[in-house]
Amino acid sequence: MINASQHNAPCRPFVRVLACVATLLFTSIPQASGTAQAVAEEVQAGGPPLVRRLTEHQYRTTIEDIFGADIAVVGRFERALRSDGLLAVGTSEAGLSAFAIEQYNISARSIAAEVLSASRRDGFLPCKVEDARTFNTACAREFVADYGLRLFRRPLSDAEEAVYVSLAENAHATLGDFYRGLEFALTGLLVAPDFLLRVEHAVPDSARPGRHRLDDYSSATRLSYFLTGAAPDTELLAAAGAGRLREAAELEKQVDRLMASPRFESTVRDFFADMLHFDLFADLAKDAVIYPAFNSDVAADAREQTLRTVTHHLLDNNGDYRDLFTTRAAPLTRSLGMVYQLPVAARHGWAMSEFPASSGRAGIQSQVSFLALHSHPGRSSPTLRGRAIREIFLCQHVPDPPADVDFTGINDTANPDRPTARDRLEIHRTQPICAACHTLMDPIGLTLENFDGLGIYRTRENNMPIDVSGALDGREFNAATGLGQALHDHPQTTACLVDKLYRYGVGRNVASAEQDYLQQLNEVFSASGYQLPALVRHLATSPGFYAVTPNTQNLEITAAHTAPGDDS
Amino acid sequence: MKRYHRRSVLKGLLNGAAVGVALPVLDLFLDDNGKAFAATGQRIPVRFGTWIWGCGHIPERWIPTTTGTGYALPADLEPIAPYRDRIALFSGFDVKLDGVPNKPHITGCLGLRTGIPVPNDRVQAPTFDVLISDAIGRDTRFRSLEVSTSGIQRSYSFRAAGSPNPSEVSPLALYQRIFGAGFQDPNAATFTPDPDTMVHKSVLSAVADERRRLMREVGADDRRRLDEYFTSIRQLENQLALQLEPPAPVENFTMPAQPPELELDSEMDNVLVTHKLMAELLAKALQCNQTHVINVLLSDTTSNLRRRGSTTTHHTLTHEEPVNPALGYQEQVGWFATQSMLAWRDFLDALDAIPEGDGTLLDNCLILAHSDCSIAKSHAVEGIPAMVAGNAGGRIRTGFHMAGGADPISRLGLTVQQAMGLPVERWGTNSMETNRSITELLA
Repeated sequence: MINASQHNAPCRPFVRVLACVATLLFTSIPQASGTAQAVAEEVQAGGPPLVRRLTEHQYRTTIEDIFGADIAVVGRFERALRSDGLLAVGTSEAGLSAFAIEQYNISARSIAAEVLSASRRDGFLPCKVEDARTFNTACAREFVADYGLRLFRRPLSDAEEAVYVSLAENAHATLGDFYRGLEFALTGLLVAPDFLLRVEHAVPDSARPGRHRLDDYSSATRLSYFLTGAAPDTELLAAAGAGRLREAAELEKQVDRLMASPRFESTVRDFFADMLHFDLFADLAKDAVIYPAFNSDVAADAREQTLRTVTHHLLDNNGDYRDLFTTRAAPLTRSLGMVYQLPVAARHGWAMSEFPASSGRAGIQSQVSFLALHSHPGRSSPTLRGRAIREIFLCQHVPDPPADVDFTGINDTANPDRPTARDRLEIHRTQPICAACHTLMDPIGLTLENFDGLGIYRTRENNMPIDVSGALDGREFNAATGLGQALHDHPQTTACLVDKLYRYGVGRNVASAEQDYLQQLNEVFSASGYQLPALVRHLATSPGFYAVTPNTQNLEITAAHTAPGDDS
Repeated sequence: MKRYHRRSVLKGLLNGAAVGVALPVLDLFLDDNGKAFAATGQRIPVRFGTWIWGCGHIPERWIPTTTGTGYALPADLEPIAPYRDRIALFSGFDVKLDGVPNKPHITGCLGLRTGIPVPNDRVQAPTFDVLISDAIGRDTRFRSLEVSTSGIQRSYSFRAAGSPNPSEVSPLALYQRIFGAGFQDPNAATFTPDPDTMVHKSVLSAVADERRRLMREVGADDRRRLDEYFTSIRQLENQLALQLEPPAPVENFTMPAQPPELELDSEMDNVLVTHKLMAELLAKALQCNQTHVINVLLSDTTSNLRRRGSTTTHHTLTHEEPVNPALGYQEQVGWFATQSMLAWRDFLDALDAIPEGDGTLLDNCLILAHSDCSIAKSHAVEGIPAMVAGNAGGRIRTGFHMAGGADPISRLGLTVQQAMGLPVERWGTNSMETNRSITELLA
């Protein structure tokens, strides 16, 4: 029996015990009850207004949206902060190091220089410049107001506008060129905290006396980044400025418009890249002797394959989210074909294909991205894979191993008595201190043992047949396909998606007062047949998405630094 | 000492005029023994660094059997024999957990660096390198530089939870950051201040002026984050201010060669190559005062090092490799432990290769090398191995082995801060709180 006080106290020992002793506890996931309409009035609790740092994806998309795809972002981005399973939650906690600002500054200088370059500036200027040697105040003011509005996602105050216009004026005075003046004003806008950080503001909600909502521009910003990964466009800003986002019909119209834009797909990709921990690709290494098929092309294509599978299924086909774990859809490139041992017709680029039954694959948990990321550089890992299944797809937190534990015996892949991973992991099952947690992970991961540390199919390890029987929360099955079906049928699979999508949208963990709201979202998701766009649309059009509780000091946030599922 | 503003010499030289500037050697730079001065007349600053290797040591192969001076080097320390007298060796100093759960490889490392053990990577205080860089790094182009040499983007330099100073993983990227755009050759014959730079600096000043408004709009936690933003903006302003002055001449400085694009991964042979290149670049950066603080991560604390063709990483081996009965220790783990000390010697070689004053750059550094645990197999944070190298311009003594006797390792963190001139008398919390400087280390 694991002793929580031994190595988990004093930090949430209760949580850890639950996680390791009782396999199945879903108390954090609301069960369906009542109708969505009945709870709708009560669910608008919200969390605190946040200060969210733009992610790399959002920064790039915003720049592309405002200035065009040919304007390069040359600064580098450091690894983003992951908090409670999501980078999106990390955005409301991440700091801005000297390195970060240094790199933002490099990007700002280069973007501003390109935008105001002789070959491009005509497309960006609001006015005709007769003589660049004279300072055109009206033109500078318009330029600052236009791009300030887009970049700050709200109109500049008079004082702010004056600051940036005077920057342009001073630069003009020193450098003798009007365009260069604008270039430096734009540089300033691009390094300003109001651009790099999404500062949310709360206002009293006249529709609900005593409660608060995001102000109109903060609402537009939350909505726009949720649906497009970019700053609000001029149409959305205009609607926000006129207070029309508070009208249900207008909000729905804007949501439909944004979801119809091509940016919606890239945002769905961004959400899944976040949820699937694809930032780990930055550190992915495989031993060149053991996995000669691995290279950086394979890694990039494996990542892309899963994202294509997701958007193909969820957006193109409007499919059921649960079927992501059983789909045989296989977008392939030639280099992936080498790993999957499948022919690929397309010489270059992607071809949509299907995994044959003999491949042993169905579902994104059987794709190389998942299998390779959650393995060691030189071997597979049923434990890492099992843990990732729990944390990524079921929102269950598995604690770290105890600090003092003897793993001797797991490593020896050459030991003839322990030819397969299952044999080597026997110790996890037989030693009580290990078993408490490892029964949560290994029986899942062992069903993926038909795939080596890179994800190549195999039926034998060290010449012994691999046993791929396993279990998930009381249900027994075989192989990756059985695991996929078990995930498909697991009651927590869809609730976990709802939880992560909501936290992705709002940038924080679920507040305790929001449980009813989450329940409502689960019901909507279920009623839609688990179609992601229906869930997104409901979320984006519901007042709960914009509700805030402005007292930042005393706000109760459940599981402030724990994974959902911990706080039961 | 009165601060000497070279900037004032240059007033009025902007607007693009090229000027050759010879700075006078001022009396205010001279001190009693004169040793701390380079031939250029510049005061030689004392630099600080940390150097982390993962997964601790094999005690019987690392801890000398005697304390004090003249100890015999155990097997795994043989690589650093040339530096024995320029290193102070510390064994038996503990991170005291006080009941805090030991997050393997994290709690020990961050406990050592912050004086407060935490059950995850959410530090409760800045790491001491950040405290030191705030004191000695404000007038350099980079407040600090961080590198990770095993292909993994990780850093144990934190200003606050969620605010690490990220590590460079590529020697080429590090080179470009330091010696690419914005670098001024300290020995260039002429100096041309760029009017763009002056304008750019005024832009940052205007942005920084938004501080008061924004601080009013956000809660306490976010004020801390905004504070970091504005601190970083000031650092950038400072970078630009330095570019508006002719750089101080540096004796014996030559530009480093641009490193090639490398395979960046955790294979030990590749890591040694990457590490050596980065060590040499950092040494050059220290030499010409681009920064005064560096942080090097040889391997992650959960050591990701591996050997080509091996199914298992260094970290995994510490847990799973059986003890070789003939040797009495885990043989493969021992190999990585030895390789780590070879890398440490490479690092010292890089600093020692640069002549400075009447010694070398190493003499004017204080480098604290440490791991995250003592015995990795059990994640023990008692007896975390640590070393101090260099003489900090005469401020510290080396050449001895000291056994901590289970004292809190915060004594070491406290002492290096004091050696670097920070006015700190007491550091750490609970059992880690201490005011007991390691007087043996202080000259």
